[in-house]
Amino acid sequence: MSWWWLAAGVVVLALFGLYFSMTAGRLDRLHRRIDMSRHALDTQLLRRSGLCLEITSSGLFDPATTVVIADCAHAARASTEGEVVARGLAESDLTQVLVAAIPDAQEAQELRRDAPDPSMLDDLRSTCVRLQLSRRFHNDAVRACRQVRKQRLVRWLRLAGRTPLPQTVEMDDTPPPGLTAR
Amino acid sequence: MRIGIVCPYAWDVPGGVQAHIRDQAETLLDMGHEVSVITPVEDPMHLPPYAVDGGRPRPVPYNGSVARLTFGVKATARVRRWIREGDFDVLHVHEPLAPSLGVLACWAARGPIVATVHSSIERSRVLITGYYLAQTALEKISALIAVSEHARRTIVDHLGGDAVLIPNGVRVDHFADAVPLRIWSGPAIGFLGRMDEPRKGLPVLLAAFDRILDQQAGARLVLIGPGDAEEALAGLPDRVREATVCLGRLDEVDKARALASLDVYVAPNTGGESFGIVLLEAMAAGAPVVASDLDAFARVLDGGRCGVMFPVEDSDALASAVIGLLEDTGARTHLAQAGRRRAAAYDWHTVAGDLLDVYASVIAGQSGVREDLRGQIVGRLARRRPGGGER
Repeated sequence: MSWWWLAAGVVVLALFGLYFSMTAGRLDRLHRRIDMSRHALDTQLLRRSGLCLEITSSGLFDPATTVVIADCAHAARASTEGEVVARGLAESDLTQVLVAAIPDAQEAQELRRDAPDPSMLDDLRSTCVRLQLSRRFHNDAVRACRQVRKQRLVRWLRLAGRTPLPQTVEMDDTPPPGLTAR
Repeated sequence: MRIGIVCPYAWDVPGGVQAHIRDQAETLLDMGHEVSVITPVEDPMHLPPYAVDGGRPRPVPYNGSVARLTFGVKATARVRRWIREGDFDVLHVHEPLAPSLGVLACWAARGPIVATVHSSIERSRVLITGYYLAQTALEKISALIAVSEHARRTIVDHLGGDAVLIPNGVRVDHFADAVPLRIWSGPAIGFLGRMDEPRKGLPVLLAAFDRILDQQAGARLVLIGPGDAEEALAGLPDRVREATVCLGRLDEVDKARALASLDVYVAPNTGGESFGIVLLEAMAAGAPVVASDLDAFARVLDGGRCGVMFPVEDSDALASAVIGLLEDTGARTHLAQAGRRRAAAYDWHTVAGDLLDVYASVIAGQSGVREDLRGQIVGRLARRRPGGGER
């Protein structure tokens, strides 16, 4: 009789082991995806602020707009190393300035007519759209991961190891409406 | 950009997903990108130069119809080699929930993976297909795309996470420039789709056609698509059989020509449609559309402004709608114009631009798609066989 108990115990242990290794594998996958999406988002943010600085030196906008954009772009660049919330705020400021600078399709058309290099506006449009997509994909990845890490067994057994709990990136990422209107 | 596209269904069997992938690949090539498609195929001779043979498909009942899917050790090995040798910047998997090459590719690759969900699947089906299976694949996908609001809801409700909506596209120029194919007399009513697939709704149209002949004795029913026409027409009155023209399966050029010569295009589908690309093709070719009032069709037809809608499976309402259109030339011209305008908004070049934005947003700062050997028992076996050393 005791052999049966032993066999049952072994089976239960094996099942637990299988579950743990599968969950650890999932977490590993999810963390790797977050690393990728985080990196992609960083790249897009840097690309956007860089592009903004380039645009301000090209004479695309009037002097007043140029000063505001340059100011926000510098602030966004400076916040890269800083704390997450502060960075989100700085990047949101840049978003709002860009939205105010190109509020509608008509404004965009006038800018395009006078622009020394109209392709800059196309670059700005695609960078802003891609930034929005990147952030969306990143936050999706974070949510999927947090859902798994919320499970009691995962927390108790520390299946996630020492990886810190991933955080979503909160900021305003609306692309300038004048550029996205079709 | 080097783009690897994975097609889950057999290339030489006509279907919405395959057509989508072909148009996507050709448009992206047209725009100067490098594209490779891996797909199941019956006869590799039929593959275009940009496609790679992913193995023989096996017919499996899936999502309400018979799908030809490829899986197994051999297919896994092929997908692995394709990923290893392709050196792609981004991998685009279609229908990642179908148990076919898409899931295999998700398992075999790491790096930026984009996936498009085409069909709307019920929750029970998702669970039956193996939630864990779906999960392992989905958790590696960096960006999910849905072709319709319907498909997006499948993702949000049942899988968790969100998807970007990028509607299906039409190669408008292919259809708009088509020369009408007139090999019959009398007003032509067209149907396009598999004749033996119940959800395409051919029986509904055949029942309605009998009534249409009462009013329009000279009308013709033009059937385009694979399937046994004799079987579909069995047991119907002689006059229905005599007035029916069967064109069988047509290539893209002839399909466009056939659509361009229709007086009314009918889509009597009874369900399971997530988008309705055939509707847009007919509209781009200038054929007035009558369609069942599925959600997906209503969206394409702009709530009925670009076509006439009738209640699903109601052949009497279908007959009245078709007769009404055949008797009113003004309404037909109006619908044809509205349809052409509507179709232009779905041109593939616009769609491809949106896709490139998604690609760019996931590959920024990445080093491309690599082979993933972690935790892949099947994959390791497949790799060991040709004598290649394991990592």
